[in-house]
Amino acid sequence: MLNEKRIPVSQLVAPEGDKVLSEMYTDEQVFDKEMDAIFDNTWVWVGHESEIANKGDYKTARIGRHSVIVSRDRKMDIHVLVNRCRHRGATICEKHKGNARSFVCPYHGWGYGQDGTLRAVPIAGPYEGVIEKENLPLISLRMESYQGLIFATFNNDIEPLEDFLGGAKKWIDLFIKQGGGYPLKTLGEHRFRFPGNWKIQLENTTDAYHFPIIHKSFISSLDGDTAEIFDFLEGDGFVEDLGNGHSVMVMIPELVDLEENLDDPIPQRFEALAAELTAEGHSDEKVRKLVRAAAGSGFNLNLFPNVACSMAFFRVLAPISVNETEIQHIAIGGDGAPAAFNKARIRLHEHFQGPMGFGTPDDSEAWERVQKGSQSGTNEWILVNRGQELVKKNELGNDYSTVCSEVGMKAAYKQWAKMMGEWEQGE
Amino acid sequence: MSNDIYVSVSAFIDYENDLLDAKQYDQWLPLWQEDGVYVVPIDTSDDDYVSRLNYAYDDADMRRMRVARLLSGESVSVESNGGTIRLTSRLRVNETETNVIEARCALLINESRLGVLKQYVANIEYQLVPNGDSFFIKQKVVKLINAEDYLRTISYIL
Repeated sequence: MLNEKRIPVSQLVAPEGDKVLSEMYTDEQVFDKEMDAIFDNTWVWVGHESEIANKGDYKTARIGRHSVIVSRDRKMDIHVLVNRCRHRGATICEKHKGNARSFVCPYHGWGYGQDGTLRAVPIAGPYEGVIEKENLPLISLRMESYQGLIFATFNNDIEPLEDFLGGAKKWIDLFIKQGGGYPLKTLGEHRFRFPGNWKIQLENTTDAYHFPIIHKSFISSLDGDTAEIFDFLEGDGFVEDLGNGHSVMVMIPELVDLEENLDDPIPQRFEALAAELTAEGHSDEKVRKLVRAAAGSGFNLNLFPNVACSMAFFRVLAPISVNETEIQHIAIGGDGAPAAFNKARIRLHEHFQGPMGFGTPDDSEAWERVQKGSQSGTNEWILVNRGQELVKKNELGNDYSTVCSEVGMKAAYKQWAKMMGEWEQGE
Repeated sequence: MSNDIYVSVSAFIDYENDLLDAKQYDQWLPLWQEDGVYVVPIDTSDDDYVSRLNYAYDDADMRRMRVARLLSGESVSVESNGGTIRLTSRLRVNETETNVIEARCALLINESRLGVLKQYVANIEYQLVPNGDSFFIKQKVVKLINAEDYLRTISYIL
């Protein structure tokens, strides 16, 4: 399907930004342009520092169509390396994560250090006068991190990461408080894929509207008090456009700052955890801090284009093709926190998240149906205008609206249109 | 190991899998010992499942909630399950020095979903405790061979 024959990329987002054409999800040429104009051109999340906590630790990740290795060297410096041998292009690492002193290409045995330096070339004689090893390290990308979140980019001219995150930084600062007084640490991840476009997932993280409807079977499994917490659509929450495509959706305002209101009564569902922590000898203040952090933050922070700090976990998306997306739900806890705290967080994560959780399979089916349904009709609109008449400006000058508005989707599509437009101009 | 025990375990596993394919979950729940654990792990390198993230780590409460969800009619992904057929084979049974019987078999499960036939393949490891002519399940661990890959979602009990 050649989109240019029907409609220019610049017209896929309506001028008001309140609707997008469904060719956004289905046109392979749009997808190819997104990989160039967005994923090769901006900061993309590749991991959390706790995933590679020790010397020699590594993980693999995706930046658009590229596979990369995120590696920690002997000096504890972090490198983001393109996962292809400089000789004939084979991947040099096929594992999700591990620990290695070096990366060796299986094809001809070229060996690279943890920093990507080409160290060894078997039977090097015939290369004399042909190549110099120092000129052929693994391709190393620009990387920066904020509060342990590692981002990398193919674009050496892009602004510093902290400028790109901008208004999202204060929400990251709040999000990491769910370590319960301990540094944030990843605790494993669910991986799943769905047959649909990556932007359907991007939208979902800032979509409160769907929650009580498609996740009814999850809410039915909760105790009454907890189910009430999730009844937030008509509450005081909000969605705010944070700029650069980022947005925050505050669902439970009283759980925005997990270090406040520590004197609140302990919820029934955490009474057993509190009793266990108390029995282990932890102070009342510490117990309250851990219990308040146990279920995570009361908001989803959506960072364009591929990661969300989503209540109690990191949600990472990787576009595979126009109609295939891979997703990770990374569980988090406290590094050095009591085992009972991290265990409770793991069990909560399993309850909703992942391919066998009580929530994810229903999300996945809805997204699959969006992909299928949006192939019907020609030049039909996807609406992202909910709450539009309620949009106001806050003291920062940011648009915000009710919690179940679609302001966050509009924010993402505004950035999408800006980046895709810039790409066209540079063609 | 006596042939009788092999036959009894084989019949029990057939019965359990028939209940699951028939979605007779209310009859599946009483097969469990109250402190039994149903696990679908991600990391199968050792058996410290309780400390790690799994696809499912269900105690009695979670099993009851999982069954309630499957029977509720409230979940679109459950309702789209057009049925499963599971086959087990390659059963091996080990009696231990305690009264726990360990059994291991292969599982091939097929699901019809939205017009697509989906498959999963796993090793199942059981810990069974004799209960008259039958058994209670003390532990069932379903080790998908692609547990570390990106899975399609699963709205049934493996």
